[in-house]
Amino acid sequence: MTAALLVAVFGGLGAALRFVVDGEVRRRWTGAFPLATVVVNVTGSLLIGLLVGAQLHLGLGPPWFTAVTTGLCGGYTTFSTASVETVRLVQAGEVRAAWANALGSLVLCVAATAAGIALVTLAAR
Amino acid sequence: MAVSTPRPAHRRWGLVLLVAAGGAVGSTARYALSSAVGPSDGWPVATTVENVVGAFALGLLLEALLRRGPEDAWARRVRLGLGTGVLGGFTTYSTLALETERLLTAGRPGLAAAYALVSVAAGAVAALAGITVAARRARAGAEDAR
Repeated sequence: MTAALLVAVFGGLGAALRFVVDGEVRRRWTGAFPLATVVVNVTGSLLIGLLVGAQLHLGLGPPWFTAVTTGLCGGYTTFSTASVETVRLVQAGEVRAAWANALGSLVLCVAATAAGIALVTLAAR
Repeated sequence: MAVSTPRPAHRRWGLVLLVAAGGAVGSTARYALSSAVGPSDGWPVATTVENVVGAFALGLLLEALLRRGPEDAWARRVRLGLGTGVLGGFTTYSTLALETERLLTAGRPGLAAAYALVSVAAGAVAALAGITVAARRARAGAEDAR
């Protein structure tokens, strides 16, 4: 129960943070490429990597670890928006940008997570 | 007199709170599903289901709202609360990235690649399906009204 409540609070916080970061990136980037969602997903993936690294090396308790990974990072990043934006690029005839968005997001997010874990591993030595 | 530009949605506290409330609901639902459904042969089934279902639902919602015409205040609240909040919170990219990285680290590159690529491909197909269903329903509704 405690974990579910923490996930709700941190998930809400993560979603609100995404809304604000997304809006601020959109004010500065007016191109057709959905950069704002990419920025959100890559930074959220880096954060989950840092947190998992912290758990592996520093030992973070289960309810709080779930709150920040499943809640904060999960609520902050979004897969549904990324998927819809890929389809919108295809519909607009921007097929190469659609591929770049779909595969680029995937590669960058996995690399960001791995980098996060590696950074904490190095720092913990 | 200076013309005041309307404050952008993401700087209005009421709308930020609406997104947070939706995000709390979506994240809790994702947590419940992920707690109930474990991986199958190493494949993170729960995340796949959440992401594909969420992508379909967001495609459906956004296209349905788009077909209604110019966005009024209520349509915007529905888009931000249900779309950005609930469905954005229900789906996750960070967990997808983490699970892929964990499979790679565990020495299962084939499964990692399959999981990541199938997720992204199925997400796009699901979003397109949602958009198509909403578009068809809107067209059918318009013909009935004739």
